Amino acid sequence: MSHAFLLEVVILVSLVFYALSGGADFGGGVWDLLARGPRAEQQRAAIDHAIAPIWEANHVWLIVVVVVLFSAFPPAFGAIMTALHVPLTLVLIGIVLRAAAFVFRKYDVQTSRSPHRWGRVFGVSSLFTPFLLGLCLGALASGEIRVTDGQVVTGFFAGWTRPFAIACGLFAQGLFAFLAATYLTVDTAGNTELCRDFRRRALGAGLALAPVAGLVFLLARAGAPRIFAGLTGAWAPPLLLTTSVAALAALGALWTRRFRLARAAAALQVACILLGWALAQYPFVIVPDLTFADAAAPPNVLRLLTYVFAAGTVVLAPSFYYLFRVFKGSGASAAGPGH
Amino acid sequence: MNDLLFARSQMALSLAFHIVFAVIGMAMPVLMVIAEARHLRTRDPIDLELCKRWARGTAVLFAVGAASGTVLSFELGLLWPAFMDLAGGIIGMPFSLEGFAFFTEAIFLGLYLYGWNRMGPRAHLGAGIIVALSGLASAVFVLTANAWMNAPAGFTLTDGRVTAIDPVAAMLNPASLQQVVHMTLAAYLAVGFGVAGVHAWFLLRSRAHAFHRRALRIALGMAVLCAPLQIVSGDRIAKMVARIQPAKFAAMEGHYRTMARAPITLGGLADDDAMVVRGGIEIPAMLSVLAHGRADAEVTGLEDIPRTDWPNTKLVHLAFDVMVGCGFALLALAIWVSVSWLRRRDPGPWLLRALVAAAPLGFIAIEAGWMVTELGRQPWIIYGIMRTADAVTPMRGLVAPFAAITALYLLLTVVVVLVLRRMFMATSPAAGVP
Repeated sequence: MSHAFLLEVVILVSLVFYALSGGADFGGGVWDLLARGPRAEQQRAAIDHAIAPIWEANHVWLIVVVVVLFSAFPPAFGAIMTALHVPLTLVLIGIVLRAAAFVFRKYDVQTSRSPHRWGRVFGVSSLFTPFLLGLCLGALASGEIRVTDGQVVTGFFAGWTRPFAIACGLFAQGLFAFLAATYLTVDTAGNTELCRDFRRRALGAGLALAPVAGLVFLLARAGAPRIFAGLTGAWAPPLLLTTSVAALAALGALWTRRFRLARAAAALQVACILLGWALAQYPFVIVPDLTFADAAAPPNVLRLLTYVFAAGTVVLAPSFYYLFRVFKGSGASAAGPGH
Repeated sequence: MNDLLFARSQMALSLAFHIVFAVIGMAMPVLMVIAEARHLRTRDPIDLELCKRWARGTAVLFAVGAASGTVLSFELGLLWPAFMDLAGGIIGMPFSLEGFAFFTEAIFLGLYLYGWNRMGPRAHLGAGIIVALSGLASAVFVLTANAWMNAPAGFTLTDGRVTAIDPVAAMLNPASLQQVVHMTLAAYLAVGFGVAGVHAWFLLRSRAHAFHRRALRIALGMAVLCAPLQIVSGDRIAKMVARIQPAKFAAMEGHYRTMARAPITLGGLADDDAMVVRGGIEIPAMLSVLAHGRADAEVTGLEDIPRTDWPNTKLVHLAFDVMVGCGFALLALAIWVSVSWLRRRDPGPWLLRALVAAAPLGFIAIEAGWMVTELGRQPWIIYGIMRTADAVTPMRGLVAPFAAITALYLLLTVVVVLVLRRMFMATSPAAGVP
């Protein structure tokens, strides 16, 4: 296996982890915004309790993606940042507002109104940031961003303003909300009523996801022909089957209140969706003009980066294990919302 | 203003905003760890209370720092795609290492802030030590990447194409060591005096307050240690700049004419057209000594540098003098504090007042220092290799993202100040009993 390929795998794996962890944190923000009913404040407290210790770490996966991209595939980074300048700037604003609002709400001295105001900002930025991230991935797949001699020639609105990209954005939103609600059923397993609230939300989001997924698929035919062709390739049936089984298993497990199973199935579903997108788009970073090979840094740089990432993984894996064991391990989940 | 200037302003603003939170995120864990280690040894509840309160403030500031750091990592490409295209492969390695350091920092900060009741006391302290160390590592890696922009190394440029990349040589470029040392000390110095200033303010109201006295002592311990070291480091980094970036050095000092026994000009406004500094104080031969260690050494002036390669002399000279002025003011304060300690006296009201007044000086010095580094490198984004104007994005209408980021950061600055103020006021524990 070439070093370039290993680094491409690092990008995909980081994106999957980002979706599974950071994505779910955004989804948590959405449920904070949509908290309703007599237990709205308890729902918010449960969400806060679930994400507070881990969201900073979860966010770093996105930075890893960015760093690998510009270290190992520098021209691709330049082209993406140029073509998607507008939505990515909005993503940044969303990231800053989400982080700031979350800590302001949590740590500001409580006055009667301020927590709600920051809660609203936290929720709204959690809602639109994943939409914009989905939009960007859709744009890269659409084939409408054209690159000649390393220069983006289709301006600053190509791809991400089209129906396909917008459908991808909606899909990302729905997926993260579904993930978050499913995780929260496990986190609130000790509280029957809260758990029921999140179960209902997870089921609703999971069911609502189906038509959006269908819409993405339909729009891909005209909006991202390369992806559409890829999704009908030889590797596609088993992967689509796995994705569908995982999706149904997640819903079934939610229905039968086997929440840990539901969480695992939902995570598998999300991982499969990203893997399918990556396989369909491969070997392109930006369909149809820029491949990973075109953009790769010299071999010695890639080799060194591979070593860095191998060493980094040796440090990170046990650290993450420890973090999640302390906060999400058995015994930790049953605890009620903390201070 | 044109698009290039908007792009530069947006980058400058993003850096200026982020650096404050970055140094706090780097240095506060050191103070927290000291307080917690004291608590483990002495079992004094004041130390524990102090550590927990510092941790709450740090949680807020770290979150803003992490988000604004993300903004910067994207802005490298959003604003300077051609720069990243050329430099990505060369300085990607320190950025990747920084990514892992930051990951470690975020993981263990989560454990530290929320793990009080879930981990043993030693494991908890260990998490804090890892946060402090990975914060330091993060800073070291990022600084080597910035140093590379000042002293590009580890590659060959042929016909505009980069070949023979050696990322390790790039990381260990001639400017790395001095920049790393100077900025690391700056972070601990600024945060030490900044925190000391806050607690000094409370002590002026309630002099016997054990909680704030302890806080003051720990914070000053860090600051007083760093202050003299920073002056030494400043001398070393100035000599390095004189050697490898003569244009930046000349702009810093407002030095126009190449000469031996060059005088240093303190203060004053540089006038490029007349090639003089107006209103400054001259000390004969001092610049030759500072730059090269000998009074008869020749110091290159701006006259020997093509006019198109001059930085903004007025701003760079001004920023440099502000930085140096703040540095020496803090050194004087550190001496004052040391003398009061040697006499085994508690800080008196005048010293406390001075500490309150000096609280922002370290941060002002950091901002001014970054102005010297970045403005002094202009018109280059990679010194001698790539001009900033050639690196800017083809995107038009950059006034829009600039305005958006400016508005966002202004809002956040106001809110952070209000939130911290409320935290300080509401949580100042009663005297003696925390």
